[in-house]
Amino acid sequence: MIEVKGVTKSFDDKTILHSVDATFYTGKTNLIIGQSGSGKTVLMKSLVGLLRPEEGQILYDGRDLLQMSVDQTKKLREEIGMLFQGSALFDSETVLGNVMFPLMMFTDMTPAERKDRAQFCLERVNLKGADNKYPSEISGGMQKRVAIARAIALNPKYLFCDEPNSGLDPHTSILIDELLSDITHEYNITTVINTHDMNSVLGIGENIIYLRNGRREWVGNMKEIYTASNEALNDFVFATDLFKQVKEYIVHNSSATPPAKS
Amino acid sequence: MIFTKSIANFGKYCLFMRRVFSVPDKWRVFFSRTVFEIQKLGVDSIPLVIIIALFIGAVITIQMQLNFSSPLVPSYSTGLATREIVLLEFSNSILCLILAGKVGSNIASEIGTMRVTEQIDALEIMGINSCNFLVLPKVVGFLFFMPVLVVFCIFTTMLGGYLIAAVTGIISVSKYIYGIQTQFQEWYVWYGLIKSLFFSVVITSVASYCGYYVKGGALEVGKASTNAVVTSSIMILLLDVILTKLLLQ
Repeated sequence: MIEVKGVTKSFDDKTILHSVDATFYTGKTNLIIGQSGSGKTVLMKSLVGLLRPEEGQILYDGRDLLQMSVDQTKKLREEIGMLFQGSALFDSETVLGNVMFPLMMFTDMTPAERKDRAQFCLERVNLKGADNKYPSEISGGMQKRVAIARAIALNPKYLFCDEPNSGLDPHTSILIDELLSDITHEYNITTVINTHDMNSVLGIGENIIYLRNGRREWVGNMKEIYTASNEALNDFVFATDLFKQVKEYIVHNSSATPPAKS
Repeated sequence: MIFTKSIANFGKYCLFMRRVFSVPDKWRVFFSRTVFEIQKLGVDSIPLVIIIALFIGAVITIQMQLNFSSPLVPSYSTGLATREIVLLEFSNSILCLILAGKVGSNIASEIGTMRVTEQIDALEIMGINSCNFLVLPKVVGFLFFMPVLVVFCIFTTMLGGYLIAAVTGIISVSKYIYGIQTQFQEWYVWYGLIKSLFFSVVITSVASYCGYYVKGGALEVGKASTNAVVTSSIMILLLDVILTKLLLQ
């Protein structure tokens, strides 16, 4: 579990995060949602230590990231996997090389063991036959899968995903969402996903944190979001006519099941 | 304002180099990456060095012959002057200015692209010291291979002079060979090699620094690449003066 307490972050006198509190639960897909510029990326970068907040606490199962020494931070980061918006695969490495990279850096596995583990991870994300291709030779969706495989190679306790669906077609987006959800439950990972993809919000949002202008405005899950009274949240999530109709249908047919993931 | 900015940049560069020169996370990975960088930055530069050295050697010989066409100047002076120019300046300073263009822009654009595509962030998230992981093998690899490039350059430039003498006959080959052998001072070779070692560190570290702190996108990567070449060239020229004063006087 990751607890965020009173985190404040500013850039040049402009405060981006205003004393944000949030809890990200183990074994659940935790979503941070909000409009562009709401502070989602700053919060995520603060969570993983790429940015240092001026105030607050970030507790990884009780361990405060902001109070850790360099060695402790390094140790913690070995427990973290991250999926970047642009995948951030190493151009000079093949698909297999990318997944083997963290194993090479942090384990004493033999090359054969590393290869086996990397191939297992690639199979887990349903990616076969691309081992020897370079990132530039595969599609965006495949790159995301390779990045997920690399992120889970060391069996992380915490998985962070920054806009995992950006630039993907709706079908591939759903596949990536399902994959992240499955991995979270299968390995009991604390997964934090930064998104403004409404299909993700309504499909895999087990714990949703809505940020607006750097403040936490609402917390709930994908079922509670249909009945949320927060106007800004409703305007953001149910912005299109289709989503508005879905919401009305769900609210007026309380017995109906929300459109969860297939 | 510019002065303050330069001081701030120098401080940032020093902090960057402190991270670069920390102990590698895995020595085995460091060695394999160093070998890779020797290949990429050093061995792959040999064709460029050969082409430039051959032609410049030929041109220096022609120009020296034109300038020394006086009965008062010994006929072997062309070879001697060619050798001195090559040993004292061309095979180290000028060569490094040329390599600052090739190697420096390559490093700055590579690391800059890694920065804007979040590959450096990915390394940091994994708990890897990205400065050390990316830059140290380049610095060590290029430093290790630079003397080889300098020696290659010296011989190829002399060969260029020899070939132009043999092909055009502007000077007899025997006089040219006598000229490049006469009054030889071994220290000049060491002087060139010592200078080149300093220059190699400047080229790789300045280019890496420029690439590492890129903010933005493709446009900024291009600017960083240009900055790397300009800054390292100026640094090489400045160091050239200092080292020449220290080593030759």
